[in-house]
Amino acid sequence: MATMMLEIARPGTRHNPFARLAAGRILPVLVVSLALLAIWYVATIGLNARGALDQYERDERNDWTIAELIADTMRQERPLLPAPHQILVELDKSVLQIAPTSRRSLVYHGWVTLSAAFVGFAMGTLLGIVLAIAIVHVPALEHALMPWIIASQTIPILAIAPMIIVVLGSVGLVGLLPKAIISAYLCFFPVAIGMVKGLTSPDPLQLDLIRTYSATEGQLFRKLRFPAAIAFLFASLKVAIALAIVGAIVGELPTGAQAGLGARMLSGSYYGQTVQIWAALIVAAIVSGLSIAAVGLAERVTMRAMGSAP
Amino acid sequence: MKRNAIITVVAGLIALFLPLGAAGSFLAHPLALALWLVAIAAAVAPQLRALGPAAVAILTTISTALGAAALYRLILAGAIGSDALGIWVGTILLCLMLWRTLQHIAALCAATRGTAIRLAAPILVGLWALILWQIITVGFAIPGVLLPPPSEIGVAIAASLPVLGVDFMQTFVRSMIPGYVIGCGAGLVVGILVDRVPFLQRGLLPIGNLASALPIIGIAPIMVMWFGFDWQSKAAVVAVMTFFPMLVNVIAGLDALGRVEHDLMRTYAASYGQTLLRARLPAALPFIFNALKINSTLALIGAIVAEFFGTPIYGMGFRISTAAGRMDIALVWATVAVAALSGSAAYGAIAVIERSLTFWHPSLRKA
Repeated sequence: MATMMLEIARPGTRHNPFARLAAGRILPVLVVSLALLAIWYVATIGLNARGALDQYERDERNDWTIAELIADTMRQERPLLPAPHQILVELDKSVLQIAPTSRRSLVYHGWVTLSAAFVGFAMGTLLGIVLAIAIVHVPALEHALMPWIIASQTIPILAIAPMIIVVLGSVGLVGLLPKAIISAYLCFFPVAIGMVKGLTSPDPLQLDLIRTYSATEGQLFRKLRFPAAIAFLFASLKVAIALAIVGAIVGELPTGAQAGLGARMLSGSYYGQTVQIWAALIVAAIVSGLSIAAVGLAERVTMRAMGSAP
Repeated sequence: MKRNAIITVVAGLIALFLPLGAAGSFLAHPLALALWLVAIAAAVAPQLRALGPAAVAILTTISTALGAAALYRLILAGAIGSDALGIWVGTILLCLMLWRTLQHIAALCAATRGTAIRLAAPILVGLWALILWQIITVGFAIPGVLLPPPSEIGVAIAASLPVLGVDFMQTFVRSMIPGYVIGCGAGLVVGILVDRVPFLQRGLLPIGNLASALPIIGIAPIMVMWFGFDWQSKAAVVAVMTFFPMLVNVIAGLDALGRVEHDLMRTYAASYGQTLLRARLPAALPFIFNALKINSTLALIGAIVAEFFGTPIYGMGFRISTAAGRMDIALVWATVAVAALSGSAAYGAIAVIERSLTFWHPSLRKA
């Protein structure tokens, strides 16, 4: 922030509109994105050229030109790296053209993944908040549980996703819940850590003030600790929702590619349908970005309702 | 406090006379009976006579352990299932006793500043979780495919050590470590390079932040297609996964040096390289270590999950998915235990290095 202010204040640049744009954020992000897109196209040509050349050889064509070659690298059915516009066409086909209830629609698969992620997110958030409240109020728990909560995250939970799915499947639990449980396990950690930090964030002066009002423990929690923790809670929720979606996607891998974005990726990798994998990947990225934005929106609304600066 | 003692004695004696299923009753097993009575006595003793807090904590710990031993002895003798009521009353009583032990230890923690005391509570809880797991899975005769008892997992580990070793070499040493080094190294170098061009930095930071929140693990099938089934594709997934958290943290960390320190370096007429090496990189170390720690867990997950999309016939991910498919759940848990141990060890090693390199940081200074 400090460097940004300095640059704007430097004499001479003030009246140069480009310099002001460059000092902002939109132009740099745009330029970098365009550069990445350009690199992608170049990589498409480089990676797919071999496939196109092999095709020419099989067709015994020797009169191809460079322009034809470049065009052909972006027209293959199963390219090593599909060009961005190929993915866009696939997205248009599987998102907009097909009815959202069809099994070939990415909206349907996205919803399967997202619903599991949301249920897991809700469960994990609840567990995280309850754990944090218990830890803050019971000193014995703080010493006993905190190290294990941290250690729980060094266990690669996603690695045991297949086992959780298989085991829960053998007792008759199939579909949404097993995936949601994996999501919940990933979610609870950032929420618990953030909430413990947030609930203990009121400083001694504030605690003393509330005590001079002879507030009960419940009032102290309702009027001071919980409001103070809200900002921390939302920061954690943004991390948690992204993790929940990752958990749901990985949870779909061992179910034998039935439904969901993870299943689309898996079946795409079985059949070499690279465009399908990339389309599922892009939808996953969009869904994840939108969910984070939604949490951000909820944060802004809540913070405004609580009267803090917008 | 007297009330607690009365509850302990009454519940302990009630457990003695409850039915124990196939094992008959407590009175038929003198060893278990003796252990149980000593446990109750040790639990009650601190409430009848004033003892030091350390003595109380040790005494209650011992009593919980003896009580668990007594119950387990009965379970082995056949006290299984929901008709062995005495076992379950006893287990609940033991949980309450452990709870009081934890309170005593918390009081000790508040009074003294020893590391051993600080470790005692989490170790006790971990051990107790294992004991409870064992008592419940054996006592309720839970089928092994659902949840094997820890003892069975221990047997599986001991029996399949060579297999687990090969898997560890493939996934941890050959896939994860190269990917981790490449990803973190590239993130560090790109972060430093980008830092010289503020325009690029402002453009890359939001994109990097977005990318670290995306399900990058999804590129695993693509990488398998590009780099083949062996470790190269797994290392590539790990490298991409670890790149963005490192990039974002390096960019943030290089901004962490204060104005005053910058000015000081300038008064020394330090060059860009000297400022970077002597002031800015050390100031960025807490951020870099933060990324290294996040990445250590991410990397293991990436390496294992990438194996679900195709591997040679070894590797932790391969073992987990095939053993789960064959319902060999004990082997799955054994692999998970190895993964958890190696993940925790990697995390711990990085934390130890962090402590020795960023000892000056406020969060590590002693109060």
